[in-house]
Amino acid sequence: MTKYIRHAAFFCALLLAALLVNAARVQVFGSRSYDGNPANRRAAIARYGQPRGDILVDGLPVTGSRDSHEQLRHERTYANGPLYAPVTGFSSQEYGTTFLEHAEDGILSGSDPLLSPFPLYNDVTRARNPAGDVVTTLNRAAQEAAYQGLGARKGAVAAIEPATGRVLALVSTPSYDPAQLSGNGTTAISAWARLNHDPEQPMLNRAVRQTYPPGSTFKVVTAAAALDAGVIRDLDERTDSPDPFTLPGTRTRLTNEGDGCRDASLRTAFEWSCNTVFAKLGADVGAENMVSTAQAFGFNDTSLRIPFSVSPSTFDTTVDRAQLALSSIGQYNTRATPLQMAMVAAAVANGGQLREPYLVERTVRKGGETIATPGSRPPRQAMHPATAMTMKELMTDVVREGTGANAAIRGATVGGKTGTAQHGVGNTGVPYAWFVSWAQADTDLEPKVAVAVVVEDASADRGEISGGGDAAPIAKAVMRAVLGL
Amino acid sequence: MTKAGTAVAAAKPLTPAVPPPQRRGVELALIVLAVLLSVYGYCAVGLARTGTVPPGAAGYGAGLGVLAVLAHLAVRLRAPYADPLPLPIGVLLNGLGLVLIYRLDLETPDDPAAPAQLVWSTLGVGLFIVVVLLLRDHRVLQRYAYVSVVGALGLLTLPILFPAVNGARIWIRIAGFSIQPGEFAKVLLAVFFAAYLAANGKALAYAGRRVWFVQLPTGRVLGPVLAIWLISVGVLVLERDLGTSLLFFGLFVVLLYVATGRTGWIAVGLLLAVLGAVAVSWLEPHVHGRVEDWLHPLATIEAGRGPNQLAQSLFAFAAGGFLGTGLGLGHSVLIGFATKSDFILATAGEELGLAGLSAIFLLYGLLVARGYRAGLDLRDPFGRLLAVGLASLVALQVFVIAGGVTGLIPLTGMAMPFLAQGGSSVVTNWAITALLIRLSDSASRGQPDARVIP
Repeated sequence: MTKYIRHAAFFCALLLAALLVNAARVQVFGSRSYDGNPANRRAAIARYGQPRGDILVDGLPVTGSRDSHEQLRHERTYANGPLYAPVTGFSSQEYGTTFLEHAEDGILSGSDPLLSPFPLYNDVTRARNPAGDVVTTLNRAAQEAAYQGLGARKGAVAAIEPATGRVLALVSTPSYDPAQLSGNGTTAISAWARLNHDPEQPMLNRAVRQTYPPGSTFKVVTAAAALDAGVIRDLDERTDSPDPFTLPGTRTRLTNEGDGCRDASLRTAFEWSCNTVFAKLGADVGAENMVSTAQAFGFNDTSLRIPFSVSPSTFDTTVDRAQLALSSIGQYNTRATPLQMAMVAAAVANGGQLREPYLVERTVRKGGETIATPGSRPPRQAMHPATAMTMKELMTDVVREGTGANAAIRGATVGGKTGTAQHGVGNTGVPYAWFVSWAQADTDLEPKVAVAVVVEDASADRGEISGGGDAAPIAKAVMRAVLGL
Repeated sequence: MTKAGTAVAAAKPLTPAVPPPQRRGVELALIVLAVLLSVYGYCAVGLARTGTVPPGAAGYGAGLGVLAVLAHLAVRLRAPYADPLPLPIGVLLNGLGLVLIYRLDLETPDDPAAPAQLVWSTLGVGLFIVVVLLLRDHRVLQRYAYVSVVGALGLLTLPILFPAVNGARIWIRIAGFSIQPGEFAKVLLAVFFAAYLAANGKALAYAGRRVWFVQLPTGRVLGPVLAIWLISVGVLVLERDLGTSLLFFGLFVVLLYVATGRTGWIAVGLLLAVLGAVAVSWLEPHVHGRVEDWLHPLATIEAGRGPNQLAQSLFAFAAGGFLGTGLGLGHSVLIGFATKSDFILATAGEELGLAGLSAIFLLYGLLVARGYRAGLDLRDPFGRLLAVGLASLVALQVFVIAGGVTGLIPLTGMAMPFLAQGGSSVVTNWAITALLIRLSDSASRGQPDARVIP
């Protein structure tokens, strides 16, 4: 019997070995796939187990965290949700994250390894780091001025500092309060459904994720291309421009809203926004030069991150001469985000040098210790410095005595360009009102702000829609806020 | 040379036999260690959750300590030559189980289970003391073989009269208390099997025809085996309890093999077990579902119905990794239902890690090994079979439930010995420990085979 007892004992030892091997399989070798399973709530519990880091504007948090005492403990709160929604985005337990909440999630949620005091610290302690904060480049006064300026109208504002690329304001209206989506209960679910079915699309970030036909504001690019390419050498020399202008190779005749555009000089044509002159100018510059200048300003760039992605603005690269003529006055397939048009104004203001825009000044630990400063990226020459000087002169004229007079600020030099972009089938949609500008206070050494404003449905009851009438006052308010005038 | 050798040989029977070592001091030291470890775990839960030592820590430690010391005194008094390991292992596992249940109570404040478990543990240790004090010789039990089997069958069939709970008819509810009679039946069946096989082992060993490599048993003795198999399948079908059925049948096959040494029995046993399991898993949807879950634990997630209990259990084990999250810091409560009973091991796995889980498995392994040791040291066939049977019961039960919750075999609802919430189980396991203490004491004394049963 002794032999058989030993056999049975050996059998029990086999069972024990099987248990140990299987436990090692589940707990050590297979743990990664189980931990990563989307149905496993542990990652979410850990993620919301501590307060989320804050997003700071002018040194003050515009976000917060609320202890809900539920399984996913901490929920996001927003101090002034609709105002900053295009920057912060939302952080929802149900629907994930967007914009800065998404791009800087590692810092804000505490999962970024940069937050740990020294490498591999967290792998040993298995603890989560306290979340870090994200300091933005936003200017609170500019942001508020833009938001109040748009008011109940649908539109967007982007403002940047030309010398650095710091984004000073990023506003989109109508907006929404991202706090509605923070939780994971029925309120968040119904808010999500409501916001997504709202025909006004409040969650659409029009400043960076919506492209519009830039219309006449694109003439800044066309003029710069013509000057760079040497097609125009003297601002006041008469151009050989018929009015109406027949698009090359077609019978389509292009006209102007006002008179005095026939053979107008570049200065006059820019000041009074002559479509015929600029269409012909674009065709004369040629597709190659137009495309290279547009791309130098940032068009067709699919890789721009500020740090969240920006929809690429487009300038069609395969066009015939008629299409090129239309493209050159901001029509046909030319489309731009408000941020892109702010970049155009900024490049002019900064002597032809374009700085890529960025929103995050630096990321810091809870104690205020800096983790990283993404900061300014190397500049790129969008046009000759001489061309930029000339463009500044042209844009200044527009505000001083042309269509952009509403943007003039006492005590500052302001350059701008209006635009009224027709759209819709047969141009039946309410036109978009554009204004792009930059401003330099008399006491400053360089322009401090470049702005682009687009108003989509500029109050139809007010009749005429124009960049100068609807958009320029908003740009003015933003520029004044930045300059402190 | 020759003379001296003769003198030595002649003198040998005259020298008084060296008394076997008692090792009670070792036992006491290990008990103190077990109690301290449990109290440490209790404090660790509180420190992790609230940053303070739980208010009941001193009382908890004192309670567990007093129980353990009383059990130790009973052993010292009536089983001084017993193995020093089973009692400390029981105390440590029971104490750890209380810690885990207390820890899970924090997640379900409306449904505390630790106080009741402490009461059942007290009853269990009480039964341990009673058995050690009153059962002076294990061979007494041999006389009650048939009483045992009748009692066991009665206990097994009792729950059929009660409504099914969570798909299995294994509980009876009296005055708010849930009792699993099958737990008590295990010990009675082990006693019966040991007694029956000790008496009939030689007859059963007669070999029948030899087919290929396997020596088949004769048809005459196949009857009892078939009867037990039918009872197991009956339990399975009527109570929908795969685990208990597997446990009984496994116990019987092991004891049959140890008693007869016939591999043919194992072949027949395995064949019948596989036939029964396959047939029932086809016919019985409850069991069939368990097999499906085992084969595809994440299928419900892919089907969009969220993780099932087994998937949640695997998530918990995986979250533990090698060192665990620490007591009180895991999320095994996500398993939802039965976290404190069937799935208690998932909490241990998540919060103590593979290291802690392996330690627990090894504690069970040690307990089983000490049972087998007693079986080897004993001389009387009944005692040997009883020791092997009880040890195998623990081994099989640990394997069936631990293998189930870690996805090694299909999941069956069964209580992890000592750890899991469940009064019947704790009391039964203390009874098993008491019997092992008694058997090891007899083994150390080296009682002669021929001694008449008192």
